[in-house]
Amino acid sequence: MQKLGDYKLPQFFNYPPYFTLQPVRDTREKQIQLWKELILDYCRTQKIFVIGLEEDFPLFSNPVIERSLSHEAREAFLSILVSDGRAEWLDKRHRKCLILWHRIQEWANIILNFVKENGLEDSVMTVEEIRSGIESRGTELHGIDRTILMRALKLLEQKGKLAIFKGTTADDEGVKFSI
Amino acid sequence: MAGNWLEAVELTSSGRPVLLPSEIECSLLSAVDLECEDLPNFPNLKSGILTLTTHRLLWVSDSSSQGASSAIPLASISHIFSAKKSLKSIFASPRIRFQLSVSPDGRVSNSGSGSRSVVVTMVVRGKGADLDVFLTKFWDNWRGRAWETGNADVTSGSESVSGSTSSGLYTKEGTVRMVGVSGILRKEQEMWETTDKSLQDAFQDLNALMSKAKEMVMLAEKMRQKLLSGSTSQPGAAEDEELGSKQEMQDWLLSVGIISPVTKESAGALYHQQLSRQLADFVRLPLERAGGMINLIDIYCLFNRARGTELISPEDLLQACFLWEKFDVPVMLRKFDSGVMVIQNKSHSDEEIFARIKTLATKPDALRTGISASDAAITLGVAPGMAKEHLLTAESKGFLCRDISPDGFRFYINLFPEIDPNNVYLVKDYGVYDTWLKVASASR
Repeated sequence: MQKLGDYKLPQFFNYPPYFTLQPVRDTREKQIQLWKELILDYCRTQKIFVIGLEEDFPLFSNPVIERSLSHEAREAFLSILVSDGRAEWLDKRHRKCLILWHRIQEWANIILNFVKENGLEDSVMTVEEIRSGIESRGTELHGIDRTILMRALKLLEQKGKLAIFKGTTADDEGVKFSI
Repeated sequence: MAGNWLEAVELTSSGRPVLLPSEIECSLLSAVDLECEDLPNFPNLKSGILTLTTHRLLWVSDSSSQGASSAIPLASISHIFSAKKSLKSIFASPRIRFQLSVSPDGRVSNSGSGSRSVVVTMVVRGKGADLDVFLTKFWDNWRGRAWETGNADVTSGSESVSGSTSSGLYTKEGTVRMVGVSGILRKEQEMWETTDKSLQDAFQDLNALMSKAKEMVMLAEKMRQKLLSGSTSQPGAAEDEELGSKQEMQDWLLSVGIISPVTKESAGALYHQQLSRQLADFVRLPLERAGGMINLIDIYCLFNRARGTELISPEDLLQACFLWEKFDVPVMLRKFDSGVMVIQNKSHSDEEIFARIKTLATKPDALRTGISASDAAITLGVAPGMAKEHLLTAESKGFLCRDISPDGFRFYINLFPEIDPNNVYLVKDYGVYDTWLKVASASR
């Protein structure tokens, strides 16, 4: 079985038409579905939050069969992820894509669980502490993309679960949980 | 059919009359009724297409391609009445009256020596027909007595070609009449006859050439008869050499053309309709050789080549093809998604083509490297351009999918439906996905 780093690739990764955007509707839908699953699964296991369309992304080329996805195909697959709510474009020109292998709501729940498990219900933390502090080590929150984290925190703020207060710099941003 | 009074006209599958040897169409009129008050059992001939040829008046029903049809030999006409110019005739449909000699029991005799005379009235209801021109041609053909020279040809022909049917170079099924050489010659002859008689002496050589050409045509007919009998009687015992020469002969015969091409001059307003029928008759043979489907451009070339000097425009060809929808003909025009247009038999089935493409695409080599249009062309026995259309159609049906790479444009058997999106690592141990996997991993 072919591997990409420590990631186990499916068999059809060596099927050349998998790398050509199929024009026929039924075939294309199935192809897109398979790409969606693969992209999300790969990003989840490799903890990848952002895919740059103009950068080399290991999943988008297969040196064994000498095939790689065209720019058009990459954008098509990511656009479908975006319309499914599993990704977001970070810029208007669609050069960077944020991959949400957990939706924002799911991330928010993960934060709540993390707070409860660590008994932090009424305490204050900086955003950086959540991303890289001792408490989050070994959890999914460790190393989380800052943009996603802020979106999840804002969602929780709207629900009254916490309050975000801004510091003088971005590093100083903190949260006061009140669960 | 028209009862026992008139003889029926043999029609081709597209509904065009089968002409006699050396018979040429001269003029067509639409919506013509034939009436005869002298005979009680005269058939009901209403609203048909009347074709004037050098030998006969042919009446073919308008309503369906296989409907009633009748022929009146010009030989049986004893008099053509000149049109009456009266005040009444301005308002009524124009009529042409002619006298026929018939045998006592009411049959039209070929010889023109019947014992009774009856008057037949032709009522022309169609608009825009130039009746004067028609009448002139009618007179010319009647006086021309082309059937007498024609008959002489047939008799001499059947003497030299023992056992051949009198249908001459024409086949009963209405396939292409491959005597374009004689068609051109006839045209030559007509022109020549109209020029000054005094020039005749100067053209003695041409006369000699013509008699030689007649022999050639006779030879062609003989060969053709041989080919026809050979292909039906002993296909098993065909030797290679004979097959080769047969192929050569058929190519040669195919290229000699159509004797009486439909022209704007002869058909007038009915031009496209008649052209359409003639084309339907013509394409049968090329279609058969091309495996049931042929490119429109190829037909354009073949058809015009067969017509010799009476070329048609691409627009006319397209018009003629479009009209097939209205007639009961065995062929149809088909437009691929890519815009390529082809002519195919109505019985032609894509399923068979798809089955063959699928077989090709599941061979081990094809599973590994895919198939190109030229691979398919070799297997299907068609031109690469046509093969590509078949592949694209198969792709649109979901049998194939494409792979575009620096190596080119190739097609693979479609594995996508076999992959389980909920378990991407699962490979069922049957089916083409499994076969592909074995072949693909073996090659690495």
